[in-house]
Amino acid sequence: MAEAPVRQNPIDARPWTFYALGALFFAYLLFLYGPMLVIYALSFQGPNGGVTFPIVDPSLDWFRDVWRPGQMANIPVAFWRSMTLAGIVCLLTVLISVAAGLAYRRPFPGSGLVFYLAVSSLVMPSLLVGFGIGLGFQFLGLQADLFTSALGAQLTWTLPFGLLTMFAVVNRFNRSWEEAAADLGATPWQRLRYVTLPILLPGILGVGLSAFTLSYDEYARTTLTIGARNTLPLEIYALISSQTTPMLFALGTLTTAASFLLIGVSLVVLLRLQRRREWMSRRAT
Amino acid sequence: MTGAVVDALANEGIRPRAPSVGVERELLREGSDPVPRARPRRLPGWAVSWLQILPLTTILLVLFALPTLLFLAVSFFDYDRTGIYPAFLLDNYREVLTSASTLRVYLSTLKFAAIVWAITLFLGFNIAYFLVFHVRSGKVRLVFFLLCAIPFFTSAIIRTIAWIPFLGRSGAFNQAVLALGLTSRPLDFLLFSSFSVVIAYVHLYTLLMIGPIANALSKIDRSLVEAARDAGASRWQTMAHVVIPLSKTGIALGSILVITQVMGDYFIVRQMSGGQSASIVSALSVEIQAMQYPPASASAILLVVIVAIMVGCLMRIVDVRKELVK
Repeated sequence: MAEAPVRQNPIDARPWTFYALGALFFAYLLFLYGPMLVIYALSFQGPNGGVTFPIVDPSLDWFRDVWRPGQMANIPVAFWRSMTLAGIVCLLTVLISVAAGLAYRRPFPGSGLVFYLAVSSLVMPSLLVGFGIGLGFQFLGLQADLFTSALGAQLTWTLPFGLLTMFAVVNRFNRSWEEAAADLGATPWQRLRYVTLPILLPGILGVGLSAFTLSYDEYARTTLTIGARNTLPLEIYALISSQTTPMLFALGTLTTAASFLLIGVSLVVLLRLQRRREWMSRRAT
Repeated sequence: MTGAVVDALANEGIRPRAPSVGVERELLREGSDPVPRARPRRLPGWAVSWLQILPLTTILLVLFALPTLLFLAVSFFDYDRTGIYPAFLLDNYREVLTSASTLRVYLSTLKFAAIVWAITLFLGFNIAYFLVFHVRSGKVRLVFFLLCAIPFFTSAIIRTIAWIPFLGRSGAFNQAVLALGLTSRPLDFLLFSSFSVVIAYVHLYTLLMIGPIANALSKIDRSLVEAARDAGASRWQTMAHVVIPLSKTGIALGSILVITQVMGDYFIVRQMSGGQSASIVSALSVEIQAMQYPPASASAILLVVIVAIMVGCLMRIVDVRKELVK
């Protein structure tokens, strides 16, 4: 048999599409961050400066303004409300959609119906969900509130998202791990606790993180179901309908900094989990 | 209730199995039943699944299906300045369907949906392809993904108004263009126009396309692509006959997310068009604020039907369910 001709390793040669798509990707990043950078810069506007360039006497005044309860909006109070609500939504979404994701690992009657119910809830125009829930509360003579109607309206959005994420997570799961655990005599509970959940953990964290941000930023479903106590996005909305000041930009800068922190912490947790897993498997051998 | 859930979780298994030695030992230790050959009663698989799916189903039925049925009912009601009255009238639908403004608003929203869908699909597919197939290092890929995702964590409202100081008459872009001498007058079409509406949508929603498509692409077996190339397929043939067909679930899912977001939007159009154009939902929210619930419900039902048809068509092209739940 003749020797195969020596070919250049195809992995080493970058096709022209690599450069074209790479350029597209970096153009997209520029597009994504361009206006963001403008608002980061403008949030250091001086007290007499406006919402466009140039920056007059750079200062931290607008950051201070964020923490000062104003006439139009009380940002700190609304912020903690949003955080609390997002925390509850995150917890409920993780518990409920992880259970639901596990349910879909075997066929069961009605699985199609529940799937289409979730998809419908996901694609329903957001304001209409709030409208329906608001109407329902009115008919029942209930007062709409942060932790009842608004919480419910947000769950109709985060739960289908969580379920779809769980499908992706569960699909990648290799069943033979569980079978091995069962063959070694693990009880179903032990199998879930020590095998299934730890392997699914990164995906579950992803579900929680996305539920948290979806809730924290949710506006359209919440606006008709909130009652008297506004969340942060609703306060921001009230602010921009009255007047735009660099304070909103300062708020945007703070939010971005907070999300960098959140992502950083999640990454550290994930890396530690991975390292611990490696360490444990090394110890086991 | 808690017991049932724990039981359901604990029963989570591949198939009903004969209890192993470990199970019996555990049962004996708990000592509820001293009979030596105690067999734990197992629920059949479908019942376990039902218990696991029960909380999700209950919440969606009560908070999504029921309210939808409620405004379906209200859409037939009668109303005047003081309240709404149970009735079965088709007047609300007649008004919605025969008004010229409905048609105008629907056409404008559908136009935006089509443009934004085309742009986000192009960007989303190419970026996802770049990240999955061209970036070799897993760490670099993770960083790139995060770079795409981080702006998603900033409030959508703030991200939208971030365009105002950028695109405005005296905004950053115009200042830069003027300074470079590319134009003698500031460009007016940049802000408070259809252009700025599309820009804001693309800025907000491209990630919804990147995510599902990247997920679909990363599941493609690389050897299929190599096989196509070895069999003499050109780059475009490989793309058209291997990569795109295998990623159509992601394309469909991303399209559904982007299109329904645009169809349901009422903030961005109002803000970025400077109040010049309305969207379906912003017109509807005016009626809701005026407490005209029956006509608002009728136009809500019309919108739901149209969105359902669009999503139904996409799901017919690709059986999303079969692809997702394997």
